Amino acid sequence: MQKSINLRSFLTASWLGWQIESNWTDPFLFATYSIIKPVAGAAILVLMYSIVTQGNFDSPVFAYLYLGNAFYQYVPAVLTGVSWTIIDDREHYRTLKYIYTAPVNIPFYLFGRAVAKFIVGTFGVVITIAAGVLFLNVPLDWSRVDWPLFLVALFLGVLMLALGGLILAGITLMTARHSYYIGDVVAGGLFLFTGAIFPLEVLPGWLRPVGYILPITYWLELIRRSLVGAVAEAFPTFTALSNGDLLLILAGSSLVFGIASIFIFRYCDHQARERGLIDQTTNY
Amino acid sequence: MSLFPPIEKKRSGWQLFLMTVVGRSYPRVVGMQRERSWMFFDVFLPLLSVAAYVFVYRAIGAPEDYVGFVVVGGAMTAFWMNVLWSMSSQLYWEKEQGNLALYIISPAPMMAILLGMAVGGLFATLLRAIAIIAVGSLIFNVTYAVSSFWQLIAVFSLSMIALYGLGMMSASIFLLLSREAWHLANLAMEPVYLVSGMYFPVKNLGFWAAAAASVIPLTLGLDAMRQLVFASGPTLGFLRVETEIGILIILSIVFVTAARYLLAYIERLAVREGRLTENRR
Repeated sequence: MQKSINLRSFLTASWLGWQIESNWTDPFLFATYSIIKPVAGAAILVLMYSIVTQGNFDSPVFAYLYLGNAFYQYVPAVLTGVSWTIIDDREHYRTLKYIYTAPVNIPFYLFGRAVAKFIVGTFGVVITIAAGVLFLNVPLDWSRVDWPLFLVALFLGVLMLALGGLILAGITLMTARHSYYIGDVVAGGLFLFTGAIFPLEVLPGWLRPVGYILPITYWLELIRRSLVGAVAEAFPTFTALSNGDLLLILAGSSLVFGIASIFIFRYCDHQARERGLIDQTTNY
Repeated sequence: MSLFPPIEKKRSGWQLFLMTVVGRSYPRVVGMQRERSWMFFDVFLPLLSVAAYVFVYRAIGAPEDYVGFVVVGGAMTAFWMNVLWSMSSQLYWEKEQGNLALYIISPAPMMAILLGMAVGGLFATLLRAIAIIAVGSLIFNVTYAVSSFWQLIAVFSLSMIALYGLGMMSASIFLLLSREAWHLANLAMEPVYLVSGMYFPVKNLGFWAAAAASVIPLTLGLDAMRQLVFASGPTLGFLRVETEIGILIILSIVFVTAARYLLAYIERLAVREGRLTENRR
C-alpha cells in the first residue's frame, strides 16, 4: 500500500509539473525558451575560451570544459526542480497545505515535480552537445561511448542531485521566498568546486578537498570517461582511480548524501510544521 | 465614526513620489532584516560562482587583466539581477498575491513603486557587488589602474540610471503578462550575460553584434568601466569612453522617459482588458 502511494505521488506530481512547466505558452516558444538559455550559457564559456586560445578547439581542455558545462546543466535543473516546488506550492498556488493534508508522500511528490525540469534540462544538454560536436570539434565518437557506464553514472547522478534538492527543499520550508531560485544559486556556487569547467588542480590546495567530498565531482568525471575517455585521461585528477572505483565512490557518497538528505528534510519539515510555516507567504 | 484618523496633509507631486519610494522599500528592508538567509544565498554563493569563471581563465592561461574583467562583470550582474528579479518580475508576484490592484487604485505613481522595490533591494545588491569586487580583488590580486575617477563615477551613475529605466520599461510589460513573465525574466539571464560581455570584452562579439547589444546599458557601462580601471582596458575597448558616455546619456533619457509613458499606457491597457487581477492561469 505504502509503495503505491509513493509511486502515485511521483507520477501525479510528474504530470502536474510538466503541465506547469510547459503549458504557459505554445510549443514553439517553449522549445525556443528551452534551447536559448543553455546555448547562451555554453556560448559564454566558448567565447571566453576562444578569445584567449585563438579558437583552439582541438585541445582536450576545451572538450573537458565544454562537456562538463553541458552536463552541469542537470545540477541547477534538478536542484531547482525539487526545491522550488515548495515556494511554488506554498506562495504561488497556495496549495502546499492541501498537499500536506492529502495521502501524498512529500519527498516523492517533490521528486515528481522535478521531472519536468529534468526533461527540459535534458533538451539543453542534448542541444549543447550537438552544437559542440557539429560546430566546435568536440571529439565525441558515438561508437566508442561506454553506454552502460554512461547510463549508470547518469542515473546515480540524477538520483544524487534529487536528494540534494530535497535538502534545499527542507531549507526552503524554513525560509522566506527570495527573489531568485535557491537551486540555481547553490548550483552556481558548487560550479567552483566540482571540476565541471576546469580540472581540480587549478584550484588552490586548500579548496580542493571541498571538490573531493562532493559526489558531483565524481559524477562528472564518470560522464566524461564514458563519453570521451581520451579527454578524461589527459587530466591527472583521478587517474589513480578506475571506473569501478569512481562508481563505488559515487554510489557510496550518494548513499551518505541520501541518508543525510532524508534526515535533514525530516528535521526541517518538523520545524516548519511546529512553527506554522507550511502555509506562510513571504512577499517582501 | 471612521476607523482611521483624518488625513491632515495630502501629499502630491514629488513628495508623493518620494513617500511612495520610501513606503515600498520599507517592507523589503524590514523583510531582509527578518530573513537573513539571503546573505548566504545572495552574497556568498554568487561570489563562488564568479570565482569559477576566474579559474577558467587561469586554466587556459589568460592574461591577468581578464581575471579583473570577470570580477567587475560579476559585480555588475548584481544590478541586473536586482532590476530583473526585485523589480520587473516582482510585479508578477504582486499581481499573483493581490497587491497590484491595490497599487493601481492608490494615488501612488507606479514608477515610484518600482523605484521603491529597487531601492529596498539595493542594500543586498550593493553588498553583493562590493563583496565580489573586494574579495575577488584581494583573493585574485586584481590590479587596477584608474585613468579617470570622475569619468568612472559618471559611467557608473549613467549605467545605473539607464539600467533602472530599462527595468521600469520592461516592468510595464509584466503588467500585462501572467505566468510567462516569470519565464521571460528567467530567460533574460544567460543570454544577457552573453551579449553584454559580462565575462569577456564585448568587442570580441564583432562590431555589429556589440552595437546591437549596446541597447542594454550594462554593455557600454561595463566596457567603459573596464577601459577606465584596467591597464589593458583601452586596447580591448569597443568604443572610446567619451562616445560610450554620450550613448549612455542618450539611453538614460530615452529609457526613463519611455518607462514613464509605457507604464501609463500599459496600465491603461491592462485595466481595459482586465489583466491586472487575473492570476494562476
